Amino acid sequence: MDHVSYLEYKGKHKGLLGWLLSTDHKRIAILYLVSLIVFFLVAMTIGFLMRLEMLSTGKTIVNPQTYNALFTLHGVIMIFLFIIPGIPVVFGNFFLPIMLGAKDVAFPRLNLLSWYFYIFGALLVILSLFVGGGPIDTGWTFYVPYSLRTQSNVTLAVFAAFVIGFSSILTGLNFIVTIHRMRCPGMSWFKMPLFVWGLYSTSWIQLLATPILGITLVLIMAERLFGIGIFDPALGGDPLLYQHLFWIYSHPAVYIMVLPAMGLVSEIIPTFSKKDIFGYGPIAMSSLAIAFIGYLVWGHHMFSTGISDTSRAIFSFLTFIVAIPSGVKIFNWVATMYKGSIETRAPFLFVVAFIIIFSIGGLTGLVLGSLNTDIHLTDTYFVVAHFHYVMFGGMGLLFFGGLHYWFPKMFGKMYNEGAAKLGLLLFVVGFNTLYFPMFIMGYLGMPRRYYDYLPEYKIYHIISTVGSWILIAGILILIINLVRALLKKERLTEKNPWGGTTLEWQVDTPPTLENFEEIPVVEHGPYYRDNLIKPGKSH
Amino acid sequence: MNNEATLNHGHSHRDDLGSKMGMWLFLLTELLLFGGMFILYASYRYMYADNFKVAAMHLDTLIGSVNTILLLTSSLTVALSIAALQRKQTRFSVYLLLFTIVAGGAFLVNKYFEWSAKIGHGIYPKGPEMANLSDGEVIFYGLYYVMTGLHALHVIVGLVFIGFMVVFILKGKQTFDNFQRLENAGLYWHLVDIIWIFLFPLFYLIH
Repeated sequence: MDHVSYLEYKGKHKGLLGWLLSTDHKRIAILYLVSLIVFFLVAMTIGFLMRLEMLSTGKTIVNPQTYNALFTLHGVIMIFLFIIPGIPVVFGNFFLPIMLGAKDVAFPRLNLLSWYFYIFGALLVILSLFVGGGPIDTGWTFYVPYSLRTQSNVTLAVFAAFVIGFSSILTGLNFIVTIHRMRCPGMSWFKMPLFVWGLYSTSWIQLLATPILGITLVLIMAERLFGIGIFDPALGGDPLLYQHLFWIYSHPAVYIMVLPAMGLVSEIIPTFSKKDIFGYGPIAMSSLAIAFIGYLVWGHHMFSTGISDTSRAIFSFLTFIVAIPSGVKIFNWVATMYKGSIETRAPFLFVVAFIIIFSIGGLTGLVLGSLNTDIHLTDTYFVVAHFHYVMFGGMGLLFFGGLHYWFPKMFGKMYNEGAAKLGLLLFVVGFNTLYFPMFIMGYLGMPRRYYDYLPEYKIYHIISTVGSWILIAGILILIINLVRALLKKERLTEKNPWGGTTLEWQVDTPPTLENFEEIPVVEHGPYYRDNLIKPGKSH
Repeated sequence: MNNEATLNHGHSHRDDLGSKMGMWLFLLTELLLFGGMFILYASYRYMYADNFKVAAMHLDTLIGSVNTILLLTSSLTVALSIAALQRKQTRFSVYLLLFTIVAGGAFLVNKYFEWSAKIGHGIYPKGPEMANLSDGEVIFYGLYYVMTGLHALHVIVGLVFIGFMVVFILKGKQTFDNFQRLENAGLYWHLVDIIWIFLFPLFYLIH
């Protein structure tokens, strides 16, 4: 029997085309991985420049207009090109079919098409920097009426976001049908790995929320191009309706970002605790609950806009409710570790860092979710800090965690674990040095998106900027370490280097084109420890 | 069922139920896309109820009604064409699809005359007549152009889909025992129809 990995097989096309035209879910995942890391590094550099500007009062390196463009681009690239596609398009594409015991996703060609939409959208973002009125300066939220008035190239940038949204919808649609239709024999809904549950919930949000953003962005374009009156107050429109529609998408979108990361945590913890997961059902259901309730809390972005007290109270209440399923997850994860024989390997340490950082982010979210404190903290650095704790500390950190967990399986190479741990340490130290002072200065009243600040905030800005350097050093160590591992000659062929119990650890390393020689038959739950001894009937 | 679906790799496998499910999910996203517009319509109509009434009186109910009949009939012929194909009446099935294309085309022609008339009266974004209208009327026409325009785009896309189906049937790629694509195109066409069913009363019949 010939075991040619997906990295090496020869298809219809050779060389680069063999990647760009491949409908193999694993190759598409790698296409996404490379694109995501490139855009992440670009947006990270922009963030670095912003922090550098804030090192001193007045002008440090750029002028105010450039600063506006920088924070907008940092947001747009990070959110639409990195965090939202993030874990689903890379690890979902690669591992969803394998974890279900399938040979590919339900619609392989649609899968490739969604990558092309993604790249096309990304190119439009880049193009929008150089044509028309120059780089967009509205902030990633594109709030009207400013986005209707500014001379910068809003039209092209929102069109880019629209196209990327399409890519996101197609991925979600593909995953839902895959999960419904492609599970291998014996894999009932409650024998699916929890990562799959995370993807499933995410896909529904992608499907149900993204079209609302789509139409909202189309309306911005229509208003700018044709002068149609929809949101513009000068034409009788109501800018608040824009905010409602925008957040009807963009709040659920934060769960698109974080649910797959939570699914990943539920994979990594049982593997390294050498124990079955504690509370499989509650974890799976809490993903669905977060997806459902998360759809109904968008108003908490608008507490200070003058919406009615009744609706504010309801939105605030629902915001508190959504914290419960997140708490359920954290409780179950920690309970899984309890009395397990924990191996503190690199991926596990990522998860520990995630739990701590995400808990800080989640609890400060409750501070923002309560009406009276939110009035004080709206539009300050407190919000910036909270957002980065949950998003960067949630999805961003876990993206690297997932990469370290599945890297050996994906590439058949092993990285230097010591360097990974060092990178993670710098990441965590730098992260907290960068963002924690933002909580304090936000509480003291430092507004977000401001180019300049009063001298009393100076010390916090300096600490924060120094933190950004440490964080970037950590990230670079992590990435360079992985690239070095890729260049190693020494191959890893061991199927199960960590001792995981889910199906991806039973296939070849790296997987072959068809993943399985024979479709497996599943008898037990995904984290049943004896899966290790008797891995499926087909072996 | 699952077993059968996963036996073959990639696009060589055929899973009609999965394909139909994908189509329904896609239609759901389309509904939500228009849903955003309907929310805006509802909010603005609540804010400007009187202005909306006045503006709606200037729309041509006759053309609107004719278009409604055209779309409803074309939806029927799509459904009949699937039934015909299942009964191996290939030619009849193609004729029914061609009728659908003609009816959809006629819808667009009507739409063209309707819009032209409005534009001729200076009622279009930034048009000369707009300055004389109240805020609510401006918003009404804004929504009118966006919603019927977006709908017309969907009609065009639907017609292209159905055109492809005609080719597929003639080439024997869609047959009595393999008609999922035709069914998906039909589902899409019904969506176009159903959105119009809501647009018609909301814009033409509220006075």
